Amino acid sequence: MKRTQIYGMMAEFDTPDSIVHAARLTHEAGYRRIDAYSPFPIEALAEAIDFHPTDVPLVVLVGGIIGGLSGFFLQYWIHVINYPINVGGRPLNSWPAFIVVTFEMTILFAGIFAVLGMLALNGLPMPYHPVFNVPRFAFASKDRFFLIIFSSDPKYEPAETRRFLEGLNPRSIAEVPS
Amino acid sequence: MDDRAQELINKQAPVIEPGYTFGTVTDKISSIVLTRPTSNGWFVGFGIAFLITMGLLYSVGYLFVRGVGIWGVNIPVGWGFAIVNFVWWIGIGHAGTLISAILLLLRQSWRNSINRFAEAMTLFAVACAGMFPVLHLGRPWLAYWLFPYPNTMKVWPQFRSPLVWDVFAVSTYATISLLFWFIGLIPDLATLRDRSENRAAQIVYGMLAMGWRGSARHWARYEMAYLLLAGLATPLVLSVHTVVSFDFAIGIVPGWHTTIFPPYFVAGAIYSGFAMVLMLAIPIRKFYGLEDFITDRHLNNSAKVMLATGLIVAYGYGIEAFMGWYSGNRYDAFLLWNRLHGPYAFFYYLLLLCNIGIPQVLWIKKLRTSPGWLFLISGIILMGMWLERFIIVVVSLHRDFLTSSWGMYYPTRWDWMTYIGTIGFFLACMFLFLRVLPMISIFEMRTLLPEAEVKAE
Amino acid sequence: MDRQNGKSRREEVCPGKKDKLDLATARACIAQTKGPEYWRSLEELAGSAEFHEMMHREFPKGASEWLDSVSRRGFLKLMGASMALAGMTACTKQPLEPIVPYVRQPEEVIPGRPLFFATAFTLSGYASPVLVESHLYRPTKIEGNAQHPASLGGTDIFAQASILGLYDPDRSQTITYLGDVRTWGDFLNAIRGPLNVQKGLQGAGIRILTHTVSSPTLADQLNSILKLYPQAKWHVYEPVNRDNVYAGAQMAFGQPVETIYKLDGADVIVSLDADFLSAGFPGQTRYARDFAKQRDPDSGKMSRLYVVESTPSATGAKADHRLAMRAVDIEGFARDLARFSGIETEVAGARNQAGKFLLAAGKDLQNRRGSSVVIAGDHQPPAVHALAHAINQALGNVGRTVFYTDPVLSNADNQTGSLKELVGDMREGKVDLLFIIGGNPAYDAPADFGFADALKNTKIPLRVHLGLYQNETAELCHWHVNEAHYLEAWGDTRAYDGTASIVQPLIAPLYNGKSAHELLSLLAGQAEATGYEIVQGYWKTQHSGGDFDSFWRKSLHDGWIEGTALQPKQIALKNLAVGPQAAATQGIEINFRRDPSIYDGRFANNGWLQELPKPMSKMTWDNPVLISPAMAQRMGLQNKDVVELELNGKKVEAAVWIQAGHPDNSITVFLGYGRRRAGRAGTGAGFDMYQIRPSATPWFTNGVNIRKTGGTYPLASTQGYQSIETPNGAERPLVQAATLEEYHREPNFAKEEEPPEGLTLYPGYDYKKEPYAWGMAIDLNACVGCNNCIVACQSENNIAIVGKEQVSLGRHMHWLRVDTYYQGDRDNPKAHFQPVPCMHCENAPCELVCPVGATVHSTEGLNDMVYNRCVGTRYCSNNCPYKVRRFNFLLFQDWDTPQYKMMRNPDVSVRSRGVMEKCTYCVQRISEHRIDSERENRKIEDGELQTACQQSCPANAIIFGNINDPNSQVSKLKAKQRNYGLLAELNTRPRTTYLAEIRNPNPELES
Repeated sequence: MKRTQIYGMMAEFDTPDSIVHAARLTHEAGYRRIDAYSPFPIEALAEAIDFHPTDVPLVVLVGGIIGGLSGFFLQYWIHVINYPINVGGRPLNSWPAFIVVTFEMTILFAGIFAVLGMLALNGLPMPYHPVFNVPRFAFASKDRFFLIIFSSDPKYEPAETRRFLEGLNPRSIAEVPS
Repeated sequence: MDDRAQELINKQAPVIEPGYTFGTVTDKISSIVLTRPTSNGWFVGFGIAFLITMGLLYSVGYLFVRGVGIWGVNIPVGWGFAIVNFVWWIGIGHAGTLISAILLLLRQSWRNSINRFAEAMTLFAVACAGMFPVLHLGRPWLAYWLFPYPNTMKVWPQFRSPLVWDVFAVSTYATISLLFWFIGLIPDLATLRDRSENRAAQIVYGMLAMGWRGSARHWARYEMAYLLLAGLATPLVLSVHTVVSFDFAIGIVPGWHTTIFPPYFVAGAIYSGFAMVLMLAIPIRKFYGLEDFITDRHLNNSAKVMLATGLIVAYGYGIEAFMGWYSGNRYDAFLLWNRLHGPYAFFYYLLLLCNIGIPQVLWIKKLRTSPGWLFLISGIILMGMWLERFIIVVVSLHRDFLTSSWGMYYPTRWDWMTYIGTIGFFLACMFLFLRVLPMISIFEMRTLLPEAEVKAE
Repeated sequence: MDRQNGKSRREEVCPGKKDKLDLATARACIAQTKGPEYWRSLEELAGSAEFHEMMHREFPKGASEWLDSVSRRGFLKLMGASMALAGMTACTKQPLEPIVPYVRQPEEVIPGRPLFFATAFTLSGYASPVLVESHLYRPTKIEGNAQHPASLGGTDIFAQASILGLYDPDRSQTITYLGDVRTWGDFLNAIRGPLNVQKGLQGAGIRILTHTVSSPTLADQLNSILKLYPQAKWHVYEPVNRDNVYAGAQMAFGQPVETIYKLDGADVIVSLDADFLSAGFPGQTRYARDFAKQRDPDSGKMSRLYVVESTPSATGAKADHRLAMRAVDIEGFARDLARFSGIETEVAGARNQAGKFLLAAGKDLQNRRGSSVVIAGDHQPPAVHALAHAINQALGNVGRTVFYTDPVLSNADNQTGSLKELVGDMREGKVDLLFIIGGNPAYDAPADFGFADALKNTKIPLRVHLGLYQNETAELCHWHVNEAHYLEAWGDTRAYDGTASIVQPLIAPLYNGKSAHELLSLLAGQAEATGYEIVQGYWKTQHSGGDFDSFWRKSLHDGWIEGTALQPKQIALKNLAVGPQAAATQGIEINFRRDPSIYDGRFANNGWLQELPKPMSKMTWDNPVLISPAMAQRMGLQNKDVVELELNGKKVEAAVWIQAGHPDNSITVFLGYGRRRAGRAGTGAGFDMYQIRPSATPWFTNGVNIRKTGGTYPLASTQGYQSIETPNGAERPLVQAATLEEYHREPNFAKEEEPPEGLTLYPGYDYKKEPYAWGMAIDLNACVGCNNCIVACQSENNIAIVGKEQVSLGRHMHWLRVDTYYQGDRDNPKAHFQPVPCMHCENAPCELVCPVGATVHSTEGLNDMVYNRCVGTRYCSNNCPYKVRRFNFLLFQDWDTPQYKMMRNPDVSVRSRGVMEKCTYCVQRISEHRIDSERENRKIEDGELQTACQQSCPANAIIFGNINDPNSQVSKLKAKQRNYGLLAELNTRPRTTYLAEIRNPNPELES
């Protein structure tokens, strides 16, 4: 059998507290290429691994602007440029009547950008991921919390890292084959 | 309010009964979908709903063959049941997004246990609503002409028409609600993926979960997106019924042409929406034994929301009547007279009873927490809100400016069949949803557990 | 099993079938079914077990009775009847003989360009001169003949609708003998023998029953026949006749004369139950024009109209003073009026209840000696006519507003008497050979004559019927010859003033029908003579000097013959033989009237007329009994209640309609409904009032018994609510009306609600820069509510009829409607007419809300409806404050029947299911004239372009034109102070505006 490459080393914890604590220590210990997994959002955890995303709001803003502008100018182009005709004695550019659609288009685009943007930035969808190779990782979506140090981390050294993780007294430790 | 007060409330009327852990919550909810055998009750219920849906199919088929003439619509009453039902369903469709979005922004954590199926309910209600504008067309096969698409005819929709606004508002609302609902589902889908023994289920849920693994980075972005989406959905949900009310307010028909419509339509929508939520929540929590998750606190709060919105609606009626008298406009004055003494007066009084009279009993706390009573009152409110739309559409149209054109509107059996059919369709969808997806957001329930708190500084 | 299905299915097609089926019922089934069902029912019939049974029996049930002995072939013929017409649309041909086009149009046919031909439509002997629009020799539209004194461009509803009569698929299409198809040749052979026999007997056994005749040629033919057979007799009968008129003249002058009124010279008009403004009254078209001319408050010429009437009518609605009075009492009124005018008459019997009214009217008449007129209604007894003549004489109106001529009708005998004599002869077996030329006596003869019975049971060896339909009479005759429609055959006729017109055909007979001329020439022994030869032959004899061809050509071209108008006679009034009035009998009075829409029943199968709302009740498809509100209350009757009327032991059931302004203790029933064999539209509609009509008092009599049966019957009225006072006691300014002095005091009274120009946030569209801005002005003062515009619009714009049920649902399709509003006291209300076409609002609410831009504004200010773009949201209709939009809720147009394809106006698209439609200001006509004018490099001149409604209006009440041209007629009208926009306060800025109605009441009566 071919020897499997190591993707990283994973430690399992069973309370939010312990994982947050562990993550913080790991980060202080200088590990940078790390990640943590939890069955529900824990703000402290992201801070612990020093992750502060600002990209999503930006994407949404862009989406909103695109939607709004296209919304209004679609109507303007149709009624003033492409197909100008007298409707009920109203002027061609009856902008007050165009507000509603403009608004709806803004929301629509912003919303779609928010969702797709978030997924894209998270690199989803991704049906396969090495962490799934760890049998116990199935509990990450139930009641267990995991901390992983990727083998790509400069400080990563199998024996040393394992010893460090044991120091955080986790429930279990597993090597993650890639 | 500050956290201590909040804690107190949580102790007296908990959002989730004590004694649950991450594991038990997860198991209890996911088991409904994964392990528990499907009850006969479910089959019977779904069967009936499905049959009624077939009735809808039949009446719609006949409609397409013969034309809208099979309905009671005529000149002057060009709009009948179809539009009444459209507005009614859209209104119901407001509760879901409202609960999920607005209550989220208001940090009303109690919403976590009812938002999931409220959102599902929204989607299905919007689907029902969406049918009618198409069905009521004289030439339904040309409905796509309401969308701006490049075409050889070189003609476009007429964007000054509230009906086009409707198209955009409703389709936007449907899309955003769907996204919101789906986003909320992803982590739970992951849970189902990992819990299910069945290979097929694993694949399906796995695909839908898109490889979600609960990474802290993902959660961070996820929370951000979810919050923003909520922020976007909030003005949207308010705008949708405002736009629907424009269908009438933009018109010059006495009884339509009034500025009070947007706010009181929105209030009415939430009113009926919560009524529908309760009508679903009460039996569901009974049959699936979820009293611990959907507690009296939820019933109580929902009832309060209904009470509040109900009063806003009442205010709307009041203003309408007042303006009819105060404006001195002969047509508005007659409209008021016609509502009170005209051929449809009975329904107006019935409406006042259902929407204003009876719901006042909700001031009594005992009733607000008694499932039986709430179920009944919610039913009455739903009927009342349907009557409101009937009054607005039919009674305003049947006697407008020229007395020579006055007429009457009598629904035909096809009107009824179509209306009841959509209710069947709605329920059928609900049954399927309960069976294949977690009706309560599991990961959000986990956050409600005491053990979810991070004490470390 | 299968049998069951077949049966049940068929039973819903024609209810009340027993499992035995004979051909009469089979035919009835087919007759009942309409439209597409027509085919289906045939198949079901063919599939049904009874049908086979019937086919297999050697002699179908009732073969002994000749009316049922229709052979298999006969039945197949029935089945094939209208299918045979498929493709007929392709092969229309011009009549063989030269017919002369009207010169306003190019001589030669240009495809797509209509030709116009002058001809005349005849109703009960009186002609409506018309121009017929012809597309590639397919007549499609009737217009008035503007050159003709009796029309001046106007028409009446019957003439307008006759185009539908031509293409009626239910018209008789073959010659039949005992129901079997036969040829003209067969017919000739069949009657040659009997005729020879009669030669020997001097025609003692020949009887000819015609409808009212004014055709010089026909009269000439008949007279020559009577010469040939001295013993033969010519009888004339129509249920709606002028016996009383001629008898009255007889009484006054000792000779029957025609009375002609000159209303444009009349300042005071007193109508004694004369509905002279409604279609069917001889000369109505002209009278309406003259009457309107005389009621223009702005020119100071304002006549005053007093109407005493026994049932509410359009004339009564236009009256300045109207008195509802039972018909029996009107003679008393006439006598008092006569005495007031200084005529000695014995007054007995009922004293009038008029009092003040009579005084005022009498005084007014005195003050207007020579410029006043008293008109008596056709159905009033001779005495009233005689008195009217006397009064007019006494007031010196004769020669000024009243003229006397010889009768227009060729035979002024008493028609009821004539028919009575015939029935007598029939019963005595004196009749061997009976020709019924037109008419339908088996249906419309007075009940007590039992004509149908006489026809069936007295063994007349040979009975021949010539008619447009296989009607109740044809059913009882051996031979039926299918008659040619007047648009298919040559003939001639006379207008109310005697002016003769040649009737030239527009199209070769669709079903090889024969005209009365051709049939009669057969009796005269010239079997081969064509209508053309006969008519031309007659006029050759009349024409003295000059070259005949140019005379003939000119007469055809103009539509009338120079110098044929009857000359006014100077005749002295002999001392009045008006005896003492018979003491009025007691009890409730019943009035028999011709139906406002379908006349005496001859138009029962004409959908346009059936669906035409009656002027006062807005009723369609039915003839309910009219009773006064007070009476209804007394008898506890509601609208739609069924009552049983009993008169002299004869009974009929009918539904009730409460008619505001109907005299109390009196009811009105209308003739012409309850047809048994009219066709798919007419059969079974309404109630047959001939069943109780007595011959002695055919128009009104006392002593009818009314019994409430407890049942109800659906009635379809097109107007939801007939008052401008809403139930909450408020009044709406829909019809602006004022009296003459109010108008002088406050000329702008109608404008009170108009918002100032530019009262909008939006900058308006500038129509001034356009060459044309179309607009319409409707003079409510001129409109006499004759409904003519509705039919004209329907004909011009291919508007579908929808049937009674759909009408009752509120889905009638008329683009133009005439609203009738009542105001004030229900027992004697004021009534107003208001024609309502599309207003073509400059700020059109309908356009704003259309999501697909299917209704948009043209640069010339038209509110255009783009059928192809319409998806049918009906939002536009909801948002139209005038509710002038009409929607095709179902497939209302008949796309199958080939005849209708020929009839339709090729310039107007035929709408299908699911689209909105509405008045377009006849945009097809606008385009036509625009194209012409641009080709000739000029602007469209004022007046050259007329909408269909405008063109047909006898009263000139509708004026259409370019409002950008300050000198156009419409601009001038809109400039008048009494011009106002309907619901103007909504700032829709309608292009159609109204001239307020001005009444000229007598101050003495006002106080």
